Amino acid sequence: MSLFVAEGLTYAVNSEPLVSDASFALEPGALTMLVGPNGAGKTTLLRLALGLLKSDSGRAMLDGQEVTTLAPVQRARKIAYLPQQRPLVWPQPVQDIVALGRFAYGAAPGRLSTEDEVATARAIAACDLEGFEERAADTLSGGELSRVHLARALAAETPLLVADEPVAALDPRYQHEVLRIFSKAASEGQSLLTVVHDLSLAARYADRLIWMKDGRIVADGTPRDTITSDRLKAVFGVEARVNAAGDCAISLEILGPA
Amino acid sequence: MTRLSSVLAGGLLAALILSLLLGSVPLPLERVLGAIAFQASAGDQLVVWQIRLPRSLTAAIVGAALGMSGAALQGLLRNPLAEPGILGVSATAALFATFVLHFRLATAGPLVLPAAAVAGALLATLIVAAAALRNRSVVTLILIGVGLSSFSAALMALLMNLAPDPFSLTDMVNWMLGTVANRSFEDIAFAAPFLLAGIIVMLLTRRGLSALALGEETAEGLGLNLKMQRLGVIIGAGLATGAAVALAGSIGFVGIVAPHLVRPFVRYDPARLLIPSAILGALLLVLADIGVRLLPTDNELKLGVVASLIGAPIFVWIASRRRLA
Repeated sequence: MSLFVAEGLTYAVNSEPLVSDASFALEPGALTMLVGPNGAGKTTLLRLALGLLKSDSGRAMLDGQEVTTLAPVQRARKIAYLPQQRPLVWPQPVQDIVALGRFAYGAAPGRLSTEDEVATARAIAACDLEGFEERAADTLSGGELSRVHLARALAAETPLLVADEPVAALDPRYQHEVLRIFSKAASEGQSLLTVVHDLSLAARYADRLIWMKDGRIVADGTPRDTITSDRLKAVFGVEARVNAAGDCAISLEILGPA
Repeated sequence: MTRLSSVLAGGLLAALILSLLLGSVPLPLERVLGAIAFQASAGDQLVVWQIRLPRSLTAAIVGAALGMSGAALQGLLRNPLAEPGILGVSATAALFATFVLHFRLATAGPLVLPAAAVAGALLATLIVAAAALRNRSVVTLILIGVGLSSFSAALMALLMNLAPDPFSLTDMVNWMLGTVANRSFEDIAFAAPFLLAGIIVMLLTRRGLSALALGEETAEGLGLNLKMQRLGVIIGAGLATGAAVALAGSIGFVGIVAPHLVRPFVRYDPARLLIPSAILGALLLVLADIGVRLLPTDNELKLGVVASLIGAPIFVWIASRRRLA
């Protein structure tokens, strides 16, 4: 049985469809990336999958239970969510921000069980933040801060992690660092679903790509099977050269608007 | 109790004892302590139990209510400049009190005035809570609060404009300036249930305030029930602030300044902020009330006036030093 199944998820605002009839399943141990142009409905689909939005029709099932029927805390113990907007207001220390990942287990900053402390320390280590524990959030660079948020999401140690553009606005080194953390988590059995805009990064790190356009899923498969110059033109409206020869990871070069 | 709270509580106790030593009749420490223990003369006991202790306790209670409400609302609205009255509770409570004074209804009984203020606070709390149930945006709640405050202020100005005589106008103005002078244990007992209920509700919601530090969307992802969290803070802060306004009229800035001063000592955690903010709020207001009594002015200054004179510059200082956008 799949860890997560979406069946015909549909959501409209003022009869303007944002997501139409989206179905997909997620298995443990896979890094799945959601790709598509701006406005394709990726963030809405993530929020529907999380149960933060209630779909007009269709359902999202987690371990055989519909997510909207789960109590928020029950859901949060199974799905960690890293939203696109991550606004901090207080200059809190890194340790306390990451510890909030344990919220669904009854933890709060300064009130952690041994299990919470171990999970927090593990997440801090996984994101290479040792030594930063007592640093205030407002003294960190954008790259460091994004790793702090990622560590917060990992600290929940959920079967599924959903992330919305975790590498946007990061320099190339940090983009690769973050996606390597994702790959490692997948290789350790976690299922990850993330929106990524950089198709080269998607081609390189994703086990599977879900393509969206105009609120619909238009393709679903491995990078090798789904990245074609025809599809890039149809979904993104770009002219691209795809190099899928040999056994190595496929690469692509975007030449310009189609 | 944390070390910070213990230190603040010690300071509060010392300030309360100091405040009992001050007044028009000079009473040395041993006579004050004797009066507290019912071991002194009837006159001393009267001064301490009927006049000084109710006044000092009122200052402490009002400060605590405003300090905790400010801390909880700042956590909910994710803004260090939010104050207990931001959702319109204080202004609506003040409007109802002004109404009572305008129509000379306060003569009907000693509790008419605080009861009216509490009713106003409850009405505003209900309106904002109903809006929170229907609406997803916290900005909408703030705007409703601003609207309620402006409308209440306009109606209060109208009542003053139409004041039947100079005496009722003076009553209204004096009440609005905010004071804890001449309060009795009956006043405190009347406000206590609202205050206690408010504090308990706020303390029940405090872990959610920690989650909100990361933003509303992340907090929901962490498993926070955002709607219940908002309702809890709105109702808790509404009850406590309403009780404070009923006891002392409008006292500004304590609710902003106390949480701000405490925040660095609790690692900027909105949950651990609540209790020390309440104790510091109490301490600040007891000290300010001592100041009011020591200043050699012809008319005794009102506590609310002094609190604003000190608090407003600190407000500007806080606003200019914000570290995160």
